[in-house]
Order: sequence, then structure tokens, then C-alpha cells
Amino acid sequence: MCLGIPGQITEISDATRKLAMVDISGVKREVNVACIAGDDPLEDLIGTWTLIHVGFAMSKINEEEAVLTLEVLRELGEAQEEIEAMRASATMLADAS
Amino acid sequence: MKYADEFRDPVAAKGVLAAIERVTQEIGATKEKPVHIMEVCGGHTHAIFRYGLDKLTPKGLEFIHGPGCPVCVLPMSRVDECVQIAEDPKVIFTTFGDAMRVPGTKKSLIQAKADGADIRMVYSPLDALELARRNPDREVVFFGLGFETTTPSTALSILQADADGLTNFTIFCNHITVPPPIKALLDDPHMILDGFVGPGHVSMVIGTEPYQFIARDYGKPIVVAGFEPLDLLQSVLMVLEQIRDGRAEVENQYSRIVPNEGNPVSIAACEKVYEPRPTFEWRGLGEIDASGLRIRDRYKAFDAEVKFNIGYGRNTSFTEEQEGCACGDVMTGRIKPHACPQFGKGCTPEMPLGALMVSSEGACAAYYQYGGLDLEPAE
Amino acid sequence: MNAMDRQPRRVVADKVTMAHGGGGKAMRDLIEDVFTSVFRPPGMEDQARLMTEAVTVPGARLAFTTDGFVVSPMEFPGGDIGKIAVCGTVNDLAVGGAKPLWLSAAFIIEEGVEISTLRRIAASMQKAADDAGVSIVTGDTKVVGKGSGDGVFITTSGIGVIEPGRDLLAETVQPGDVAIVNGVLGDHGAAILAARGDMALSTEIPSDCQPLNHLMEAILTAAPGTRVARDATRGGLASALNEIADAAGVGIEIGEDVLPLRTEVKGVCEILGLDPLYLANEGTLVIFVPEEQAHAALSAMRATDAGRQAVIIGKATTQHPRTVVMKTVFGGLRIVDMLVGEQLPRIC
Repeated sequence: MCLGIPGQITEISDATRKLAMVDISGVKREVNVACIAGDDPLEDLIGTWTLIHVGFAMSKINEEEAVLTLEVLRELGEAQEEIEAMRASATMLADAS
Repeated sequence: MKYADEFRDPVAAKGVLAAIERVTQEIGATKEKPVHIMEVCGGHTHAIFRYGLDKLTPKGLEFIHGPGCPVCVLPMSRVDECVQIAEDPKVIFTTFGDAMRVPGTKKSLIQAKADGADIRMVYSPLDALELARRNPDREVVFFGLGFETTTPSTALSILQADADGLTNFTIFCNHITVPPPIKALLDDPHMILDGFVGPGHVSMVIGTEPYQFIARDYGKPIVVAGFEPLDLLQSVLMVLEQIRDGRAEVENQYSRIVPNEGNPVSIAACEKVYEPRPTFEWRGLGEIDASGLRIRDRYKAFDAEVKFNIGYGRNTSFTEEQEGCACGDVMTGRIKPHACPQFGKGCTPEMPLGALMVSSEGACAAYYQYGGLDLEPAE
Repeated sequence: MNAMDRQPRRVVADKVTMAHGGGGKAMRDLIEDVFTSVFRPPGMEDQARLMTEAVTVPGARLAFTTDGFVVSPMEFPGGDIGKIAVCGTVNDLAVGGAKPLWLSAAFIIEEGVEISTLRRIAASMQKAADDAGVSIVTGDTKVVGKGSGDGVFITTSGIGVIEPGRDLLAETVQPGDVAIVNGVLGDHGAAILAARGDMALSTEIPSDCQPLNHLMEAILTAAPGTRVARDATRGGLASALNEIADAAGVGIEIGEDVLPLRTEVKGVCEILGLDPLYLANEGTLVIFVPEEQAHAALSAMRATDAGRQAVIIGKATTQHPRTVVMKTVFGGLRIVDMLVGEQLPRIC
């Protein structure tokens, strides 16, 4: 449910109605940014990565959290590679003896 | 695409899959006695089949495909009401593409369009608002469909229409909420469930607090998950680890998008515009208390139910499911889609009989489209 | 009086009216000024009288095909309905192994269409015909009332010649054969979706609309064992592959990681929840060649304009006969079925 995709805000197109242009893989679309606009000027949103759903920017993407999640995933991947390497060398030793 | 491609990395996937395999063994789950994890959200169901994840995870792990597809659970009577509104010659009826093929008792929106109704697919309720501005002599109705993720978009559209003084824009509100059906499923004595993969985009709006009852009252783990394949696998691993450790907690794997407190602007807009209905009908699940939303009196000028005199349950009554349809059993995990006697015979994506065959996110449609065979890769 | 001796006829109106379909002077003006002055058919009779040496070679065969074209909007980045009407029929002949020679073009024009639009369409048809090396030799125009059409509908038919010994057939695809596409997928479908404007997306994706006959000649010269070629038009690559799997009774396995896709097409698909495998193409084909000729075919394709981005996408297998599967970027497998109805944008 609820298709959402990351996009980057490129300009504010209608400040009164809180509308901005986002770039999603080279495709441009006007979206509503009310949900992610705080008290700061809308212009501050330019460059922000956000999750887009049905023409609304619903959440700012938290870069730090993204990095943390990827780190955990990478560690799992590396751990597995080590296990596989150990298995491979164990097999080699067994074959050699 | 940034923030998406990194989470599709097959090398990292090997590590997560190996960990899933290990923990499944530690739990002692086997093909005969599997551990059951429900992905609540249809987007997750779609991703599982889209990436063939069910073919990569161990046999001791079974996915139960939950009710989280707003199109699948839409009752036929509501589609009938859509058609009734759309066939009014004053009306431009706007909808997401998803709803076009959902069968009503008489016809779908796609058939109504062929019969001459002015029905237009839009990407966003913003586009419906724009149509209303450009067509002041027509009534523009937007079919408000979806869970908490989508609800803020229609709420904000109503607030914008109010601010603009538009008088020819209404929403036919069929928004529904996630927690009540989860509770209904947990209360079902037939339900076999060991944990949940929670809906990521719903949670970016409502936060993680609304799921506490699952862990606290029912002792089941739930992990809020993103939609990329690595997100999904990592979340499954986190659920399995909770099961292994005997924990039942609400965890958040999708922290790059989901703040634990949700999105305050969205929540406020929804509270302002909508209120819960006493009860709402779900296709395949029946009536569920406080599971649907309606537009508050203050904004009744933007309520299609008021403008077109279609109150919920006023003109139509509960519609019986088709004979032989086992959607309810599939949704509660009692049977797999292809075990339904109608699967692929009386019920196909071309001519869906039951809810789960309707949208590509429905478990049956996903099985039909992607998973019909036990596939082995050619080498 | 010889047509060459008199003043050329001129359309004076700005827009097409019912008079332009009435059989009188206005109609003659329209046909001559807008169409035949551009297409320069060999004669002005109601038939084209044709012959080519190639048909007289023993074992040679004629190929004949027809196709109707409707597209909204009529003009879009990378092409227009005229270019598609020529390329579509040229490609139907070419992928069957024929050398396309002659085309007919019948126009159903809705009252109110701008004459200038028709001129642009005709010019674009002639340009495409020149690129493909074919002649538009006969045609027809009809005018329908406002609301009875949608701008311009074009039907083109084409005749080509198949050299002796060429027999491309989906049934002949064998397990082990290699599948190659000539370029990126889904550009046309994505370009049209964006150009229609309903979804308010703006992008620079041009349609891939192009004639494929030179590419096909290059393929068949370099890889004479080529089993079959299909242009992946409506229903996209997925439909073309399914048709082949079904006809040949083989399984087909493609790799998601090697599918050539433009970033913007991926973007459109992510936004609207569409699958690029089902997006229409107007200048993209898939061929199946025996493994030992795959390299020759690929090199020959890459040496042509229409095949610069050619790439091997998969192969025919003995497993899962009549089914197309895709190895996902994740190593999982999924079925790539025929499309059910039309692909609709979705939010969930």
C-alpha cells in the first residue's frame, strides 16, 4: 500500500499554497510540502530529500538514519562473506588432507 | 535512485538472508512447523513477489499476506456509489488508477467510463483541485481512498479548497485505518501469527505508538519496515530475533523515513477534517469498529456523501461475497491463495471474484502474476 | 491536362472542415497541397502500379501488413502520429525479415484539425519514409464530424519482399538461444504518459519511434541463423517475450540487472507504480539467435544507429515452458506474465 518514493526539492513554485517542484530521477512534478514545512522559510527546503506520496512530501529523509541502517546491513553482509571464506578454506584444508 | 538503490544491493542481501536462515533454525521452525509472519501492507506483499523474496527465504518461514491494500478491501457497495456519483452528468469523477478496475455489483469505474461517465485518473488530489478550478461549471469529485498515508493528502486538499473558496470540489471519503483490522485479526481465534512486519508509510504519518497494543496486549513483535527488498528482509530478521529472544516490542527499521512520533502536520490536518465512523465494512473481513473515517460537519461542503446524498450505509446494504470465494481464509492465513477452489479458475485478475485478486497488491493477484510456479533458475 | 502543367492546388482554409471530405475541389486541394506534394506518389490514379526485380527471384516472397494508428497527443517529444504510422508498418515488415518497399496511408481527419498540423504530420511521415528508404505510394483521406474522431487517425499498409531462404518464425526458437534487445525500454510509453499531461509530470524522455529495417538487415546479414524478431510495441517487452515463449514452447529467462532503462523512465515507473516491461516501444525489438551467432548479431546491431545500446537480456530455456521469468536484481525469480488489460497508474 501507499507507494512512496524519494525525491529532491528543487524550487518553491507557490509559497501561499505551499507547493514546490521535486525532481525524481530526472522527472519533475509539483508537490505540496505542507507536511514537512516547519516555521522556517520555505526556501530552506530547497535541496531537501523527501518521501513523496500522491503529490505530497510526507517526510524528510533522515540521512544519518539511512547511513546507520546501511551500516547494519553491510556488517551482516561482511559477516556472511567471512563465514563463507572460512567455509571455503576449511573445505580446502579438508580436501588437502 | 538515491535512498532506493542502496537498499537493493544483492551482496548485502546474502548476509541478511543467511542471518534469517540461522535465526529460523534457532527458533526451531521447519517447513512442517513454520513461523508465521504477517506483512500487513500490500506494498510489502508486492515487494516480496516483485523481488522473488519468498523464493530466497527458508521454508521454515511463512509469509501471511495481510489486509493492507485499500483497493482489495473496498466493498462493492462503495464502488456502486462511486459509479452512481460519476454517472451524474455534472460530475467529473477523479480517482487513482488503482480503483478503476475494482468490481461493483453492477459495474466497475472502467465500465462506467465506457458507458459515458466523465471519469479521470489522476496522480494526486492536487490534480483534482486544479480540475475544479479550471471547470467552475462542473462538480469535481475525488475518490478519497487509502490508509493513513493517503488521508493527509485529501485532508490538506479540503483545507486548500476551503481557503480558495471552491464550491465545486468534494471528496468521496473512503479512508480507512490500519490498527483496527490488525486488532480484529488478532482477536480471531483461527488466526495463526507469530509477528508482524509493520506498514512503513502509514507509520511515517501516525508514528510507532499506535502499534504498542500489539506488543503489550497480544505479546506479538512488530517491526515497522521500509519497502525496498533489503528493508523488508532486515525487518523480517528483526521480527525473528524478537521471537527467538522471547521479546515482543515495537521496533522501527525504517527510521530514515519514520520518526517515532509520526508527522504532526499530517496528524493535525486529519484530525481537523476527519472523524472516525462508528463502523466500516471491509471486503473479506466484514464490519470493523472505528476503522473508517468521515468528513466532519465543519467541512461538509466538501463531502460528496452530503452533496450527492449518499450517506454511508444509507443507500446500500452489506454486499455478500461471491459464492466459493475464500478471501477471508486467505487473509487470516488459514489457506494460501492457490488453495482457494476459485483461484485461477472462477477468479482471475481479468475477472476478479474476490478482493485479493483485484489489485496487483492483493495476495491472490500477486500469486497469480508472479508466483504461479516453483521456479528453479536456469544455468 | 497533365498535372505538371497546371498551377499546384492550394488549401486556403486554416482548419479542416467537412468540405475537405466532400469529394469536390476543397478535397482535391487538401490532398494535393498537404499530402501528395510531400509524398510524391508515382501517379495519381486510385491505385499504385508497382513492380520490383526482387520479387522475380525464385523463392522470394511478398510480405504485406496493415496497422491502424491512434495516439493522443498527436505530437509528442521524439515523434508524432505520422512518424509512428510509417515506422510501425515498416517495422512490422522488417521484423518479419522483409525489405519494406511501399506504403499506403489512409487518414481519418476530425473536423477542426489545423491544416498546419496536417502539414507537420505529412512532412514527418515523408522524413520517416526517407529514413527507412520506402515510398508512400497511395492513400486516402476522409473527414469526420467534430467529436466523431480524435484529431487524426492513420492507417498504413505496407508491402515488402522477403529474400529467398529467410524464414523468421517464433516457433523455431530453441532452448539455449540468446535474446537481444536493440536499446532502452519503455521510452515511448513513458514519453506519451508525460506528454498527455494528466499526471502533471514533466520530463525530457523522447519516444524511441524509429524505423528498424536497416538494423534488421544488419542482424540478418551478420547472423543468418536468427530465429525470430519482434518489435516490442503495445504491451512492451513482456508481451513480445510471452508471445515467443508460447509459440516456441520454450521457457524464457531474462535478467533484471541487464535490462536497459533510461533513468527518467525508471523515475516515471516509480512515481506511477508502472512496470517498464509493459511500457510500449515504437523502435525497440527483441531477437532470438543461436548462441554461436549472438556475438556477431550484437556487434552488427551496435554498428547501426538503432542498435547502439544493444544488449543481451536473457535466453530461451527448457525449464518452465511457455513461461517468461525474470531473475530479479536480488537473485530471486519472478514470472513476467502477459499484461491484464491496460497498465494503470497506481498509488498502492
